[in-house]
Amino acid sequence: MHAVLKMVVQRVALGVLTLLVVSALVFISVEFLPGDVAEQILGQSATPETLAALRDQLGLNTPPVERYFDWLGGILQGDFGQSVISQRPITELLAQRLGNTLSLALLATLISVPLAVGLGILAALKRNTWVDRTINIGTLTAISFPEYFVAYGLILIFSVKLGWFPSISIVSGTVTFAERIHLTLLPALTLTMIVTAHMMRMTRASIINLLALPYVEMARLKGASQRRVVVVHALPNAIAPIVNVIALNIAYMIAGVVIVEVVFVYPGLGQLLVDSVAKRDVTVVQAACLIFASAFIIFNLVADVISIVSNPRLLHRK
Amino acid sequence: MTHPETKAGSVNRRGVLLGGAAVGAAALTGMPNKLYAATPQKGGLLRVAVAQGGSSDTLDPTTFSGSQQIFLGWTLRNNLTEIGSDGALKPELAESWSSDDAQTWVFNLRKGVEFHNGKSLTADDVIASLNMHRGEDSKSGAKSLLASVESIVSEGAHAVKITLTGKNADFPFILSDYHFNICPVNPDGSVDVSGTGTGGYILEEFNPGVRTRVRRNPNYWKANSAHFDEGEVILINDPTAATNALVTGAVHAIESSEYKTLALLGRRPNIHVESVPGGFHGTFAMNSAAAPFNNNDLRLAMKYAIDRQAIVDTVLKGHGVVANDHPVSPSMPYHDASIEQRAYDPDKAKFHLKKAGHDSLTMQLSVSDGLYAGATDAVTLYREHAGPSGLDIQVVREPGDGYWSDVWMKKPLFSGSWGPRPVPDMILTTAYASSADWNEGAFSNARFDELLLAARGELDEAKRGEMYGEMQRILSDEGGSIIPFFRSYVYGRNTSIAHSGQLGSDWPLDGHRAMERWWTA
Repeated sequence: MHAVLKMVVQRVALGVLTLLVVSALVFISVEFLPGDVAEQILGQSATPETLAALRDQLGLNTPPVERYFDWLGGILQGDFGQSVISQRPITELLAQRLGNTLSLALLATLISVPLAVGLGILAALKRNTWVDRTINIGTLTAISFPEYFVAYGLILIFSVKLGWFPSISIVSGTVTFAERIHLTLLPALTLTMIVTAHMMRMTRASIINLLALPYVEMARLKGASQRRVVVVHALPNAIAPIVNVIALNIAYMIAGVVIVEVVFVYPGLGQLLVDSVAKRDVTVVQAACLIFASAFIIFNLVADVISIVSNPRLLHRK
Repeated sequence: MTHPETKAGSVNRRGVLLGGAAVGAAALTGMPNKLYAATPQKGGLLRVAVAQGGSSDTLDPTTFSGSQQIFLGWTLRNNLTEIGSDGALKPELAESWSSDDAQTWVFNLRKGVEFHNGKSLTADDVIASLNMHRGEDSKSGAKSLLASVESIVSEGAHAVKITLTGKNADFPFILSDYHFNICPVNPDGSVDVSGTGTGGYILEEFNPGVRTRVRRNPNYWKANSAHFDEGEVILINDPTAATNALVTGAVHAIESSEYKTLALLGRRPNIHVESVPGGFHGTFAMNSAAAPFNNNDLRLAMKYAIDRQAIVDTVLKGHGVVANDHPVSPSMPYHDASIEQRAYDPDKAKFHLKKAGHDSLTMQLSVSDGLYAGATDAVTLYREHAGPSGLDIQVVREPGDGYWSDVWMKKPLFSGSWGPRPVPDMILTTAYASSADWNEGAFSNARFDELLLAARGELDEAKRGEMYGEMQRILSDEGGSIIPFFRSYVYGRNTSIAHSGQLGSDWPLDGHRAMERWWTA
């Protein structure tokens, strides 16, 4: 365990450093965008005097470096600050959106992971038969289509023609659990179609790799059924690479679903981020990007821990 | 002179004939088979999708800019004056107003009106609501609209006297602007901008950027308005998502329908596409203060080189009318229909180009897709139209992000767009007076400025008509902007929702007042 603990601590420290770098980069990028928050708020009705008044009011006249460190200081004290535009505390703004994004990612994960691993195992067992080829072609086609194409396709079939699901997923605080599932099923299916191929192919490849090893042959000779050989003997050793891919995809589902959110009008973090960048609301952009970066770091960490724990050689290193 | 109701439309014979023809045409082509119920029915829910706004929107009128805020503003609150579906100015919270000299105005407030929290409407609320847009520190986008106001005082609890620094016969129109919602004033003098108002609907849940819910105000003072029991305003920025929502019945009406899917949308039995003539126009602005566009012959050449009808037919799919290089649309008062409509004439264009001293000229016209649907197509067409005359217009596509800060009014030739205004004075003062902040074409004409000032204070309708006519002529013949079309508002509505048959031309969704004007069919 000691090795694992040491690794976790190291990774967390590295993660914090990464977050620092990410926040600085995001801040610089938003500064370089043309126009600023004041111009965005007032839009076409901006005149030089109202712009100056607004900038003063929003505290934009202090130099960028100073603003960045002010903000950093606030974060270290647990205060994410306020939205530059609406003056509302960011924590309340993000909390609901983050909750929505996580619930969508969770639903998509619950559908896609068993599906992908199952299909991967099936494809590995029946490799080079038509079952294997069909699964491969199907999932690779799904991942090759652009997200919005898949999204619109699903909307056309399930929403417009069949009318089973709504085409917009407006999830607000007052929906029941069942309603939430009903509203978010189409976006979750879209995400599933996009991430399945990667996980399926990795599962298939790892298992095929392992099925060629002597100990598997031994298990077969002992009379173990096909299912037992795969699930009990081969799969545990295949976990490391599979978990890595799953972690990567889950992190993607949290951070990369802007298009799906826009098409389904789903009130998640992605849409908030696009909105805030367009409005140059720096503090919200910062907070959202930090969350995305953290998601990647955390999930990668979890994947690494699972890989080590599942591999006795790494776990009990001398 | 007392004006309980000022008609904005022209009331001469030509106007009546044209209006009658339009109604007839609309009856033949526009209205669906269903006859509108004469009496609106109470009850039901209206779910509307608006297109502009974000999660950082608040209900503070000084920050109002997108349609989410404008629509909610008029759902929850009222102004002093209102532009009706017929385009005429109507009393709203001000039941009458008067002025002897167009400089000092007295507005008499309706009595017995209550805000949603039970507080009665008084002059103090009106004064505070208007004052938040004025003053040195105000960041309101409407500050310039009230720049000519010298003082606002109460005359008793139910009258407000507004004194201007100069004459302005259109002042009551200005108070109908979406910024000037009347909000209650708090005991400490600050204005309560949380959404409490005198309007037809009370705020239940405000989740800007996602969904806002309202319920009917049982105490609403306005007769024959606010028929739905509940309402929802959803923000959908993406036009395809909005269309999907309309088609699947998730929303009853959307703010704007895309041209390319209009034909398909219209074929659906439960959707009706509204097309309302309006004053929105796109412009191609030339910087007339510097070479080469400081030469009027070159400007005329550019104006003759564009086929306006082709742009209306191709880009707007017929949902618009041709314009004559000035911003006073046919639906605005004082529109001078006697000015000959400039037509596409490549020979005249070539002639003026030669007179300006060029055989051919290459120039770059900037445009952004975000200006209006089809903006880039319009410019591409213009390029094709202008080619034969020797004008080589190169299309420069600029990113929408930052267009207003980097391109608009910074480059010598660029595209612009303007929303409608109820009266000519507002658009002419905002964009064509030589001292205007937003004088796109850098237009400067002493006679024009003189007429603008004189017409603003002139109370005699005939004289005003003449002055505005002359101003339109000046802009058409010498102005720095090419204005090819006035666009109609095109938006889809579910046939389970009905309205009076006449839709406001100032904003989409019946002047952004659909919540109180429409009802369940």
